[in-house]
Amino acid sequence: MLRVKLGGPLMSQAGGKTEFEVEAATIREMLSRLGELHPGLKPVLDRGVTVAVNGTIYRGAHLATIPEGAEVYILPPLVGG
Amino acid sequence: MPLDSKPGLPDRQFDLVGTRPLRPDGVDKVTGRARFGADVTAPGMLFGQILRSPHAHAHIRRIDASKALALDGVKAIVTNQDFPDLTPGNADLQAVLANVMARGKALYDGHAVAAVAATSPAVARKALALIEVDYEILPHVTDVEAAMLPDAPVLHDDLFTEGVEPKPTKASNIAKRHRFGHGDVAKGFAAADVVVERTFRTEAAHQGYIEPHACLANVRSDGSGELWVCTQGHYMVRNTCAALLGLDASRLRVTASEIGGGFGGKTTVFIEPVALALSRKAGRPVKLVLTREEVFRATGPTASTCIRVKIGVKRNGKITAGEAELKYQGGAFPGSLVELGAMSAFACYALENVDIVGYDVVSNRPKLAAYRAPSAPMAAFAVESVVQELSDKIGVDPIELRLKNAAEEGTKSAFGPAFGRIGLRQTLEAARNHPHYKAPLDKNQGRGIACGFWFNFGGNTCVSLNVNIDGTVGLAIGTPDIGGSRASMCLMAAEELGIPYDQVRAIIADTSSLGFCDMTDGSRVTFATGLATISAARDVIGKLCGRAAAMWGIPKDAVLWEKGHAKPAGDNAGKFPPLSLKQLAAEASNTGGPIAGHYEINADGAGVSFGTHIADVEVDPETGLTRVMRYTVCQDAGKAVHPSYVEGQFQGGAVQGIGWALNEEYVYGADGRLQNAGFLDYRVPVASDLPMIDTVIVEVPNPGHPYGVRGVGETPIVPPLAAVANAISAAAGVRMTEVPMSPPRLLKAIGEKQT
Repeated sequence: MLRVKLGGPLMSQAGGKTEFEVEAATIREMLSRLGELHPGLKPVLDRGVTVAVNGTIYRGAHLATIPEGAEVYILPPLVGG
Repeated sequence: MPLDSKPGLPDRQFDLVGTRPLRPDGVDKVTGRARFGADVTAPGMLFGQILRSPHAHAHIRRIDASKALALDGVKAIVTNQDFPDLTPGNADLQAVLANVMARGKALYDGHAVAAVAATSPAVARKALALIEVDYEILPHVTDVEAAMLPDAPVLHDDLFTEGVEPKPTKASNIAKRHRFGHGDVAKGFAAADVVVERTFRTEAAHQGYIEPHACLANVRSDGSGELWVCTQGHYMVRNTCAALLGLDASRLRVTASEIGGGFGGKTTVFIEPVALALSRKAGRPVKLVLTREEVFRATGPTASTCIRVKIGVKRNGKITAGEAELKYQGGAFPGSLVELGAMSAFACYALENVDIVGYDVVSNRPKLAAYRAPSAPMAAFAVESVVQELSDKIGVDPIELRLKNAAEEGTKSAFGPAFGRIGLRQTLEAARNHPHYKAPLDKNQGRGIACGFWFNFGGNTCVSLNVNIDGTVGLAIGTPDIGGSRASMCLMAAEELGIPYDQVRAIIADTSSLGFCDMTDGSRVTFATGLATISAARDVIGKLCGRAAAMWGIPKDAVLWEKGHAKPAGDNAGKFPPLSLKQLAAEASNTGGPIAGHYEINADGAGVSFGTHIADVEVDPETGLTRVMRYTVCQDAGKAVHPSYVEGQFQGGAVQGIGWALNEEYVYGADGRLQNAGFLDYRVPVASDLPMIDTVIVEVPNPGHPYGVRGVGETPIVPPLAAVANAISAAAGVRMTEVPMSPPRLLKAIGEKQT
């Protein structure tokens, strides 16, 4: 079971909840489960998010595995100059 | 991809990485041979020009182009009717489309409303004047705080604030609310001995690249096309143009020209779909080159901002809480990137209690584009100014205060995740130990310190490496070279292969020659393209070892690669004289055919970056003029592949930040029109304005890259606004809360202090 924390506008789009527990082995599974459990989050998740797993930032590598007990944050998309 | 150096073992030693060879593109650039966006022509080429709204906000009731079309030499005119919405409900693409050509409403001074292709620039200019546009002028708003007021003119009837509950039922100019943080700030402030709260404002600054946007489009009658364009991301240009114009990506080949500066401002699509649409309509190639005035009026500057910051500290220097409210307007479409300002605001500090709220606001200004560490410099200006003020109030040295609270490995960042291995503390110590920090100051002079942070990221990257028959190597990469990256890629390929630097040549491949690559942005290229280059070189080494093994009749795993040669791995493998890359290349045709390596990845593991700057300024109390007397940048590069270009990034970022701090700003009139759309009135610093920027490269390896590389291009623009403000405060005894700190503003502040 993973504990997933939200940042950015997502913090206000899940009925005030900012932490969730989901069963998932990869970033892709985690995002999919989160969208199923909380349909209000799905449009924002579908538009693209950044995921931090134990401090490492993933912008698109959704097949990356998430270790059991990892710290997972969902953050807005990152862009650069 | 992990570090090559392993804990407990000696660090990897490099032969080439860390040296300073000449850049491969240097000769062409200094002799004028390099081909930039406007430097190409095509047979039968037409000249495109764009008609722009003179109004900040207006309904477009009617466009009549009949007189212009009748003009001799006019071959095509396009309006929004030529850009049907082919986006599958993608809000981001729809915003790009509406920015490329106004749809129903002109949303800012300079918004494109029509475009012409003609046989000469003079005819095109004359045709623009003949296009009749019937505008209904609407009330406008260009200031971020005014745009947030309940009675502000609303730009988009369908814009409802995201990130608040319940979701608003009334449209407004606030697109999103972001929130980050942890702990209990009320408790933290209650525990503080000193609390400082201030509100800061920053004006929009333009990236100020020397080369205006330019492209040459050529769409054939079968619908296939080519585009030559000055951009930081030609694959992004291809995909966006294909989506907007209903083209197959495979039928649009985009080539990136050399680039005369981008700094984030060329990560967007402005003119390319217009040129393609004109070419498609006219059946001829169309070249479109913006004027400097158009660059200022119609391409993206940064956000303008209003930021409130509150920080509490104990007398011992421990920060107990930090709070910030950031309001960023990013022009006429959502996407001010305030979230990046919010996430980076307190990134330099280990805080138990932090609360940050950001508002993404639209206004009647051009659509924002990224600018080096987008949104972070403004947030750092506010936070680092308050940190300086706190250090003054409690009498603790500003570097010492920052060291007491510095984020380090394991620190829970203000935006959530814990940091991995980082080098902020090392940059602070480098600044404290630098002779600059101890140098005496004269009358009216002051010294300022500030820290900065940027995320850095990796992204999609392909690299191909081809071994030529003479043993030289060609490297095809897909990330435009905006800062000397071809030299860095050649260094890394040569390092892996064990051959001289000048035996490797890199090119920027077009979109039909190499797989998809993300843009050159986010300080990602030396990290991600470098990682792919190293991997492609290792792919080639595996193949070279295979060829040697086949020639010797031994197993492939009995061959190793050392300093440019295949060698038997040990005595048991047999006794064979080493085979050089050159020898193996010469035999390639007879041993299996051409030898090439490839690698593709969506790279993650880019290490974040921190820097600490020292600024000395002298303020003329009679005029309010500030001169930068000395400036030093200390920044963590992880591993500097080509130290000269790392230093160049440090210096360039610092100079752009200094310009933003002291002079650069968008000035709007009461009519919502930009008043200073040119380099005479929008003043960027020139060489004579500045001292030599000193640099210190700190190297705390990034565990996510085989050499330890971190991106370096963006962090150096983050601290200067605050470093200069803190130096001015020390020199003139006034706390400046508005950027730019131009002579009139500073003189006013000095005058108010005296009265």
